Amino acid sequence: MERVDPQILQSRRASEWSFGIAFVVMATLLAVAPFVAYPVFVMQGLCFALFACAFNLLIGYAGLVSFGHALYFGWASYMSAYAAKVWALPPELAVLTGTATAAILGVIAGGLAIRRQGIYFAMITLALAQMMYFFALRAKFTGGEDGIQAVPRGRLFGYFDLAHDGTMYVFVVVVVLAAFLLIYRIINSPFGEVLKAIRENEQRAVSLGYKTERYKLVAFVLSATLAGLAGSLKALVFQLASLSDVHWTMSGDVVLMTLLGGLGTVFGPVVGAFCVIAMQNYLAPFGQWVLVIQGAIFVICVLVFRRGIVGEAANALRVRL
Amino acid sequence: MVEIFGIPSQALFGQLLLGLINGSFYALLSLGLAVIFGMLNIINFTHGAQYMMGAFTAYLLLLHVGLNYWVALVVAPILIGALGVLIERLFLQHIRKLDHLYGLILTFGLALIIEGLFRNYYGSTGLPYGIPEALQGGRNLGFMFLPNYRAWVIAFSVIVCFATWFAIERTRLGSYLRAATENPTLVRAFGINVPRMVTLTYGFGVGLAALAGVMAAPIYNVSPQMGSDLIIVVFAVVVIGGMGSILGAIVTGFALGIVEGLTKVFFPEASSTVIFVIMVVVLLIRPAGLFGRSA
Repeated sequence: MERVDPQILQSRRASEWSFGIAFVVMATLLAVAPFVAYPVFVMQGLCFALFACAFNLLIGYAGLVSFGHALYFGWASYMSAYAAKVWALPPELAVLTGTATAAILGVIAGGLAIRRQGIYFAMITLALAQMMYFFALRAKFTGGEDGIQAVPRGRLFGYFDLAHDGTMYVFVVVVVLAAFLLIYRIINSPFGEVLKAIRENEQRAVSLGYKTERYKLVAFVLSATLAGLAGSLKALVFQLASLSDVHWTMSGDVVLMTLLGGLGTVFGPVVGAFCVIAMQNYLAPFGQWVLVIQGAIFVICVLVFRRGIVGEAANALRVRL
Repeated sequence: MVEIFGIPSQALFGQLLLGLINGSFYALLSLGLAVIFGMLNIINFTHGAQYMMGAFTAYLLLLHVGLNYWVALVVAPILIGALGVLIERLFLQHIRKLDHLYGLILTFGLALIIEGLFRNYYGSTGLPYGIPEALQGGRNLGFMFLPNYRAWVIAFSVIVCFATWFAIERTRLGSYLRAATENPTLVRAFGINVPRMVTLTYGFGVGLAALAGVMAAPIYNVSPQMGSDLIIVVFAVVVIGGMGSILGAIVTGFALGIVEGLTKVFFPEASSTVIFVIMVVVLLIRPAGLFGRSA
């Protein structure tokens, strides 16, 4: 029989407990939130939280720095909006169309980017995203500078009318929490353990017989797909897909959310996303100062706050979050 | 009118010239990135913002102090280079031992701060900067009209690029630099102040970006976001060339500028994406880059 070190078993059980408690707290907050805050704001936060979680799967657990995640988020947003508006697909199929688009783009871009390591990987993902930004700018179906506007939310499964903000809210919460649990499951699966091994020491993982390229590609596609799910939802929530979703500033935003919340923590990206979205909303009247403040947060995070909000909290409470 | 491949030769050579101009900036910027990466192991995302600050220095010197282009050509690289030295001392030296990723994110943050500040004060519209008097006008070469200023930009950037190459590959100081890139600990043991060399290298790379900015000011309008879009293309150039070789960075920069110019003639729709497409092709055929050593 396989022997498991009792201490490891205990720490694993403890981290499952802390995850469970934190998840219940998060779900409770989300149940109360629409009565306290503006529901569209919370939905926006949730979409970006999922986007950041998807990004974190790659950077935090596989150690791959993608600087072009707006590509999957934005193009999924376009395709989902187009499917809902022009093809008049029901919302569930529109979201699937967007997510599938992101998955395909993830296979292509990921397949190219993993051919180089480290810093080149980041530059390649950024360049590919910029290329697709230019396509979006030129292509007819994206509506250029106007984007795709007045996207109908439709009826979910032909029954639930998503035009009602409350119904839409429940839909978004259910999808995002399900995706969140999926990410947690991936991170703690044997596959997730191999990813962490690759992050720590790729050479050793190769010498142990793991085909690391294949693992990296799968992680990349998973991350792109989930980012696409977030983008598709966002298109329905705002009934809009626009160029700002595919622009490199969006790729920067998701890095900021993840870093601020805590790289490689399960809940960090969620906290980070809500912080950044709240900041962007409240500081919007101050114009370009938002850019300056975001830049300053980047610098501060890198210099003195590398664990992020949730990372610091988890460290103080001696738990894994 | 003479035609080549069904294209009027005037248009063809005109675009080739524009391509060479863009290529000059790609070469200067990717050269700076390669030099900085060699010593600091950091991809300097602030490079685009520093290029923009170079152009703004020229613009502000003329507007407020009345100092002309030629003064700016000397002052801007020194000023912005000094600012680079400050950035290295204040921020970059503290993260040298960390993962690559943090250097990229930190310099990205700095780029956002700089761009945001300039947008606050100067808005997003381009500000005009005149061509210096001595370089106005142009000459007719028979097959095309060559504006003097553009000829100057190409000639001067070729000179700067090769002077840099010479300094790094053929002088004693350059040999210290290359040695410190390979093995900083050993070079320090020989009594050479490597941290200071690192700082100055960063300042030099940044100075190159500022110099490119000054040269760009009369061609493109001076605007806060002029650097951020350019830097992404330069990243693609760097991926294509590979950062292992100084000469490689220069040659790739000019060559890609020309290719981009030709694309504008034959297939204008693709001109903004052609460099990215070439990057994809290179990644498929030669993943390490044209001049790169495989990792």
